[in-house]
Amino acid sequence: MADTAAQMQTGIAGALRTPDGRPLKQALAQAERRARIRAFLLVLPLLAFVLLTFIIPIGQMLSRSVLNDTFSANMPALTQWFSENPDAEPNEAAFEALVTDLRAARENRTQGAVGTRINYEVPGTRSLFTSTARRVDGLEPPFREAVLDVDKGWERRDLWAAMRSAAKPVTLNFYQAAVDRKITPDGQFARADEQNRIYVTLFMRTFVLSIVITGLCLILGFPVAHLLAVLPMRKASLLLILVLLPFWTSLLVRTTSWMVLLQGQGVINNTLVGLGILGDDNRLAMMYNQTGTIIAMTHILLPFMILPLYSVMKTIPPSYARAARSLGATSWTTFRRIYVPQTVPGIGAGAILVFILAVGYYITPALVGGATGTLISNQIAFHMLSSLNWSLAAALAAMLLAAVLVLYWVYDRIVGIDNMKLG
Amino acid sequence: MALTSGRDAFVEFERVQKSYDGETLVVKDLNLSIPKGEFLTMLGPSGSGKTTCLMMLAGFETATHGDIRLDGRPINHIPPHKRGIGMVFQNYALFPHMTIAENLSFPLEVRGMGKSEREGKIRRALDMVEMGAFGGRRPAQLSGGQQQRVALARALVFEPELVLMDEPLGALDKQLREKMQFEITHLAHNLGITTVYVTHDQTEALTMSDRVAVFNDGKIQQIAPPDELYESPQNSFVAQFIGENNTLEGTVKEIKGGVALVELDNGDLIDAKPVNVERPGDRTLISIRPERVEFNRERLRAGVHTLKAEVAEFIYMGDIFRTRLKVAGRDDFIIKTRNAPDQRRLQPGEEIEIGWLPEDCRALDLPAR
Amino acid sequence: MKKTLILTTALTGLAFAASAQEVTVMSWGGAYTKSQVEAYHKPFTAETGIKVNSVDADNPATPIKAQVEAGNITVDVADIELADAVRLCDEGLLEVIDHSALPPAPDGTPATEDFLPAGMVSDCAVPSIVWSTIVAYNTNNVQGTPTTLADFFDTTAFPGKRGARKDPTALLEMALVADGVPADQVYDTLGTDAGVDRAFAKLDTIKSDIVWWEAGAQPPQLLADGEVVMTTAYNGRIFNAQVTENQPFGIIWDGQILDFDLFVIPKGAPNKEEALKFISFATDTQRLADQAAWISYGPARKSSAPFVGLFNDGKTEMGPHMPTAPENLKTALANDFEFWADRKVELTERFNAWLLQ
Repeated sequence: MADTAAQMQTGIAGALRTPDGRPLKQALAQAERRARIRAFLLVLPLLAFVLLTFIIPIGQMLSRSVLNDTFSANMPALTQWFSENPDAEPNEAAFEALVTDLRAARENRTQGAVGTRINYEVPGTRSLFTSTARRVDGLEPPFREAVLDVDKGWERRDLWAAMRSAAKPVTLNFYQAAVDRKITPDGQFARADEQNRIYVTLFMRTFVLSIVITGLCLILGFPVAHLLAVLPMRKASLLLILVLLPFWTSLLVRTTSWMVLLQGQGVINNTLVGLGILGDDNRLAMMYNQTGTIIAMTHILLPFMILPLYSVMKTIPPSYARAARSLGATSWTTFRRIYVPQTVPGIGAGAILVFILAVGYYITPALVGGATGTLISNQIAFHMLSSLNWSLAAALAAMLLAAVLVLYWVYDRIVGIDNMKLG
Repeated sequence: MALTSGRDAFVEFERVQKSYDGETLVVKDLNLSIPKGEFLTMLGPSGSGKTTCLMMLAGFETATHGDIRLDGRPINHIPPHKRGIGMVFQNYALFPHMTIAENLSFPLEVRGMGKSEREGKIRRALDMVEMGAFGGRRPAQLSGGQQQRVALARALVFEPELVLMDEPLGALDKQLREKMQFEITHLAHNLGITTVYVTHDQTEALTMSDRVAVFNDGKIQQIAPPDELYESPQNSFVAQFIGENNTLEGTVKEIKGGVALVELDNGDLIDAKPVNVERPGDRTLISIRPERVEFNRERLRAGVHTLKAEVAEFIYMGDIFRTRLKVAGRDDFIIKTRNAPDQRRLQPGEEIEIGWLPEDCRALDLPAR
Repeated sequence: MKKTLILTTALTGLAFAASAQEVTVMSWGGAYTKSQVEAYHKPFTAETGIKVNSVDADNPATPIKAQVEAGNITVDVADIELADAVRLCDEGLLEVIDHSALPPAPDGTPATEDFLPAGMVSDCAVPSIVWSTIVAYNTNNVQGTPTTLADFFDTTAFPGKRGARKDPTALLEMALVADGVPADQVYDTLGTDAGVDRAFAKLDTIKSDIVWWEAGAQPPQLLADGEVVMTTAYNGRIFNAQVTENQPFGIIWDGQILDFDLFVIPKGAPNKEEALKFISFATDTQRLADQAAWISYGPARKSSAPFVGLFNDGKTEMGPHMPTAPENLKTALANDFEFWADRKVELTERFNAWLLQ
């Protein structure tokens, strides 16, 4: 019966056809095309928004981390010499090109920018460019001697190696700097001097602190979320307001409130001293260090843990716990083996949310972190705002982004992203 | 007192009260005794207190007053996990993060049972419900009926002497439900375990149980075997709650020789069996099952009172005919007749006379409105 | 709906038209900004009708760089330090200002000769004040009376937390002076790697006791709260806290680091004309002297000195509180702008790395 029906619809060519003879596939595609176009038009504004405000800036950031033409744009003669003499030691022609470029740079006031660019690679060389540029007008051939007369520093081989590499606008130098590596005078790749090593430590610290903060948020947030899920509606919504209250307060207000509480002469220390628990000389240092960062950030990020946990816990019927109890499990076993495994999607979502936010936080650590409680994002902000080494900032940010993506991938492999519940 | 405490009582409720808010009693002065091996169903509308009783027995609620005893021991202060009672929940409550075998293994693990022993028991329990091939699946991969079987197996795998079931078949479709009713009853009887079963479905209660306790308003209205419950309801609530039922209101004229003469509100007279009416003048609700109404004069006993009726509607239902009549000023009087070759099909508008055997018609209390 | 839109657009247009006559000035906040508002902004608006928007930053040199690099300039005038002025000028981030067009002194001396010559090294900036980084202490909390920079680094004799600006400028010099380097050799020493190491080694001795600050308004607050017993600070902020808030603060003038603050115009400033007008107005003889009535910073014009009198409370003689008072100048050190213009970036990186170690 079914066979004959199928045979009837199958055309001569073997494909299914509509009664008017068009192939069924074509008819279907046409019928759905209109709906698809309308659906696309509906999401178009959002797509454009995301593209403009998110994808393009990130793309620019990534390109900036490998692209820097400060040197090649402002030192054209020397750049040309480098490309024509791939392996040569700096000769008279090179120094002549240097002088030509420095004269133009002085005219255009770009010697500082060029010096800063080379200073990224070889610390302490910025002044070579600025001081030489100030005196470049009086220089006469032979330029090699004349320039070396102004400053012996121009002999440095690592300086010329750095200029040669900076002459190429596409560079991995910033990534190299972001992992505390440098080019040695003979052009080798090596660890930076101990006094200049900073980023690896900061990355490690950022990840360790973020893990600690995530752990604390979980320990503190789990019972609160559970309470929220089991309380009667009216009390639960009151508690939920308390949980959300920090969201409605400005981040700065919250952070400065923590400063009031935590500082040496702050509320907590004064109370402890007043109660005689602490001596006046042994006040706890809870701010301007890692403790301050951990406390303040745990508080600020706590809702991001509680909300996903709450939304998952709310969907766990109490009958599971009852079933476990009736099957002979103690309340602890029930919690450990029945309840917690079912909250894993919430734990995963909360933990990944808190961790990613913690990794990128910078206002709070800047205010309460002191020297030991600052994170990699503070250093990114420093390079964005103060030192204006945007390429290095971009390289650091790209590495942070990569680390977060790797984490996301690992999470997907272990727990499964589809197992995550954000609320 | 209705205290039926016997030597063989396995589960006993004695003067149990329960209140959630300190103002109203959800369970009022409950006395109940269940012998070993019995299949007892608690039946009642929602809010009647039946589930609360079950939860008190399981240990998830505490009695506000009174004693609950299991095998002679008071269990009021024993936590649920030490009671050793198997339980099947309405939504099955299979742990979603465990496989079927792990679900069954759980009660054995928490009892510290060794691996090989566990495996044997799990296999036997799954075979018992014909789910032996599904041990490695997760609950979400099973159909409702399969989940139901697993839930049953899990409640039985640790060999409890008492199993509680809280509306376990509520989520299944009709056919599957009937099949499962049958299976559960057989399993319970074969294993000889005591079962307390909660449902609001009276058919389920009647077909499965040794005895049924009908709950309403926090009290047991009647506790009896299914046939007795159906045939001889003790009061108007039970009569109306169990099975289909025609009711007429009237006043008792006289009681004589185990038969009450009742005058209906329109003046017609009818014979009934007095159940909880005592003297002439009492207001009463008379109750008669649709299948016990007779309209064929030849089959009525001589001398019984009859009522005039007009056929309002005839409904063909396959195995039976269902006819709606206008009787004594009401138009919701139903009679059921078997679809037999010699059965007459009544036509709408037809005038007939109906009557019944006095013992089939029960004069009950008229509930206050 | 459409009508509203048109109306709104029209109003926005009007708002833009109205905002043409204004100038945005970025400064350091707190008591210092207040002194500028009183001495410069209010009289300027009264005289020219040009509105002055005052905005603050921890260090205005920082946003200038970022704004010019990003091509989104919102600041017309910024108040920055000398080394930053020289450096930003070097990097082409500032407009050139013709010094000879500035108003002459009342006696006719041209502006180019009236300003203190040390402040006139950059043709992108006009100096306004002489200020200094000093160490201040809270007399209620410190044991004894510290008098030298060495005392700042001596946590045995003067126990308690120290405050310091999270920036290597002035701090490295102070470390060397405290370590016994004579004032006139400080920058020679800092010019060598060994000298930098020596400065950081000295800082190491109190590193764990330091609370770092970034905004100039923080040190008086840290002292008042008892968070630190001694801190580096800008002298004017401490003076104002002493005089207007009666805070029990003392100042160690030993080894003070003198510096200029200068007005600059970021390259591409939206209101360049108004900015130039504002700068010539604010840096004339009388205005510079007026500012001293609000904060204890010295005017950058020689001709302003006779006009400096009392603080605005009407009784405090400003003279002895100025960083330029002869008594305070004995062991003072002038900030070497050339050194910092060239080395600030690399020393800041080193400083940041040191903070983390």
